[in-house]
Amino acid sequence: MTRVALLGAGVACVLAWGAGGAESSVELEPMEPNLRDLPSLQRGMTLYVNYCLGCHSLKFQRYERTADDLGIPHDVALANLVFPGRARAEGRDGPAIGDLMHTAMPPERAQQWFGKPPPDLTMVDRVRGTAWVYNMLKNFYVDPKRDFGFNNRVYENIGMPHVLVGLQGVPRLKETGLKAVDILDGKDGLLRKRDGGEFVTSVTASDEVGGEDPVIRGKRYVLEVDPGTAAMSPEEFDQAAYDIANFLHYVGDPGRLDRQRLGLWVLGFLVGLFVLATLLNREYWKDVH
Amino acid sequence: MAEPSPARPLVRLLAWVDERFPLSETFEYHASKYHAPKNFNFWYYFGVLALVILVMQLLTGLWLTMSYVPSGEGAFASVEYIMRDVEYGDIIRLAHSTGASAFFAVIYLHMFRALAYGSYRKPRELLWLIGMAIFLVMMAEGFFGYLLPWGNMSYWAGQVIVSLVGAVPFVGEELMTWVRGDFGISDITLNRFFALHVVALPIALIGLVFVHIVALHHVGSNNPDGVEIKANKDDNGIPLDSIPFHPYYTVHDFQATVAFLIVFCAILFFVPEMFGYFLEKPNFEQADPLKTPDLIVPVWYYTPFYSMLRATTFPLFGVAAKFWGLVVMGAAVMMPAVLPWLDRSPVKSIRYKGLISKFMLALLVVSFFILGYLGTIHATPLTTGIAQIGTLIYFAYFILMPWYTRIEKTKTPPERLT
Amino acid sequence: MSKRREEADATSKGRRKFLIGMTSAASTVGAIGAAVPFVKSWTPSAKARSAGAPKKADIARVGPGELLSPIPSWRGKPVFVVRRTPEDVERLATENPELADPESEDLARQPAYARNAWRSRSPELGVYVGICTHLGCSPKYFGEAKPEDFASDWEGGFYCPCHASRFDLAGRVVKGVPAPDNLEVPPYSYLSDTEIIIGVDEDTVAAAGGDVHLAAQPGEDPEEIA
Repeated sequence: MTRVALLGAGVACVLAWGAGGAESSVELEPMEPNLRDLPSLQRGMTLYVNYCLGCHSLKFQRYERTADDLGIPHDVALANLVFPGRARAEGRDGPAIGDLMHTAMPPERAQQWFGKPPPDLTMVDRVRGTAWVYNMLKNFYVDPKRDFGFNNRVYENIGMPHVLVGLQGVPRLKETGLKAVDILDGKDGLLRKRDGGEFVTSVTASDEVGGEDPVIRGKRYVLEVDPGTAAMSPEEFDQAAYDIANFLHYVGDPGRLDRQRLGLWVLGFLVGLFVLATLLNREYWKDVH
Repeated sequence: MAEPSPARPLVRLLAWVDERFPLSETFEYHASKYHAPKNFNFWYYFGVLALVILVMQLLTGLWLTMSYVPSGEGAFASVEYIMRDVEYGDIIRLAHSTGASAFFAVIYLHMFRALAYGSYRKPRELLWLIGMAIFLVMMAEGFFGYLLPWGNMSYWAGQVIVSLVGAVPFVGEELMTWVRGDFGISDITLNRFFALHVVALPIALIGLVFVHIVALHHVGSNNPDGVEIKANKDDNGIPLDSIPFHPYYTVHDFQATVAFLIVFCAILFFVPEMFGYFLEKPNFEQADPLKTPDLIVPVWYYTPFYSMLRATTFPLFGVAAKFWGLVVMGAAVMMPAVLPWLDRSPVKSIRYKGLISKFMLALLVVSFFILGYLGTIHATPLTTGIAQIGTLIYFAYFILMPWYTRIEKTKTPPERLT
Repeated sequence: MSKRREEADATSKGRRKFLIGMTSAASTVGAIGAAVPFVKSWTPSAKARSAGAPKKADIARVGPGELLSPIPSWRGKPVFVVRRTPEDVERLATENPELADPESEDLARQPAYARNAWRSRSPELGVYVGICTHLGCSPKYFGEAKPEDFASDWEGGFYCPCHASRFDLAGRVVKGVPAPDNLEVPPYSYLSDTEIIIGVDEDTVAAAGGDVHLAAQPGEDPEEIA
């Protein structure tokens, strides 16, 4: 009987696997967040507060908890990291450590400036994933056609300026030739496949050779930063992007580490209880067997 | 005169209570003198586990209600408030969301057990029907509950499922508006779903579970052999192949409960989202009536039925496919209810049924899994085709049952339990 | 029954008792552990604690004989900030046999620094939680020493309209009224001559965001970016 069920489940899994469609969009550079890296999270918070919080609130998260979890003393946080947020709008004379991480930007103004208020990013990590945030931060490029002068290879037609441009320098797309590629993203005839350090974007030619296996060639691009415009080296900027993404990963679900710590205790206890329960069960079932 | 013993006051208290309330009698009837077959196996754990989960859901749900705000403006923020600001709020909330999935997992296994060992057959038809009612109420409970976090998937899944009502001929449109109380899903809808989720359906669920257990203890439990233990009794009228539920099955079930809790807590504390199957990514975004998620999928426990709905792509008798999808899905959910009258086999348990029954059951499990998986991904012509085959297999298991259970060669079950 | 069987049964019985005891004890521990989140979740949440954070009050606005208005609230309770006239200050220091606890014997009612005749840090400025110690109504301020409907010999103080409890200008309860205790003095500190902070004792001011001025690093001052 059990065998019937197991067989059924096994076959189902195999079939289900096979039926899965290929999901392709932008291929992201992998990025593993690390919640135990407090210096990274602290740098991430500092960068976020200075460069992002002006527009993007984290309105479900409080400074106090963030500071506590990241090991930042309250007075240091208050002096350097806490935004006035809604304090004035609420008739208070200054921000408090217990405040939610609101922006100070009035929503009507935001509407006027950006067309719609910049989204809250408390849970952008949970919706999009940490790697997405990381890649998005690194893939702005100059595009005069856009209102704010920048486009983004991960988030196409993004409606915001490249706020980290001072750190990264002015990034431009530079064509480096053609390259044979094998997957075509059918959505808009554009291919956005990451290949090593390069992004291959628009498809220019196909079937050059002819025959049975048409070769699709895409234009290869790399991002190049204008010399003398960057405050950070490329490695430092990668780290900065990592830190911000890591911080947003923390903000997405601040309780993760606490739960895991508690979870170990709970599981340990339950395993002990299971041993007792097993012994007790065996003792009684001696009567039956 | 008897020596005063320390237990004496307790004994007297019990006697006092027993004169006024059938306490000992109830305990004996349902536990210490409830004679259960001695050969329960792995599959017999899931009833008690479902009961454990029900209690957990009631407790965590009650506590969530204390901090949740049922309004379009407050719901999403209040869930995040629970997750971040309330002490241990995240654990209570995740226990509730994980519990919902665990409830369905356990109930599906419980139902599979009944299918395999013929637990729905005479004299347990009513027991089975009550169980089906519980399943229906659970489906509704889960659906209403899913809207409450007011995430974008909550909203659009609610929109899609309520729109199904619109498939009802003639009155569909009006009915849909009536269910929502508005022209789209709004916080009016949210409020009534909240009331149903936290008041009406839990009461119904508790009542039905109570009746389910009363009926079970009246007819007695089935067992993996599908043999009635009451056929062979000793001089005291106690079935020979039985053991008292207490203490033997209480210690047994306790062990199983702890094992279950280990799995449950491992998920709760380490992978509460279960890779997007228990908590879906778009639901971390607030409900937005102007932005549909790329892929609308119900939570995993509805996906087999959702697949059948999507697989119904052709109109029939001049009525639109949408309506037939609703019919197919409804029928799929309700189909098991008629099992007691479909199964014509001389034996109950799969152990003694013929090859066709075994094959059909395995096929049912396979199709259920595949349909479940297909329900979580984008529909393509290929997957729709597979889903249609899966749907046919699912229904074939039931509709062909009177035929294949009669013609197949069965083994003779033993007189006594093995 | 053979002797051997009896012995085996006896050991089994002992073993069962032991295992039941152990399992019950462990389960009880587990049940208590499981209850912790449910019990703890009833304690004030981060939101409540944030709303109950220390409050600053501008005391330059309150003149002699006046009550600070609008009445500041701290942890959702009204706080009476009253500036007493020199006559009030003097009168409060003289012995008054009508008071139930003139010496503030009940130590839980005020911080140590407010255990004096005025029940305050400085004689002229009083700070009290405006909640009657009887059943939680908020008393009204009758600052002037003149006959009132409820007391012909009124010397100024607080009067609770709910059950007619009376307190003097130092929040001390009068004998023979329903309220049992003096009004509570919240922890408070002076930030300057014109500003106090309610909810903080002096030694904790820095941590709670009063007088902190750390050098902000260049580019890290939130004000600058905002």
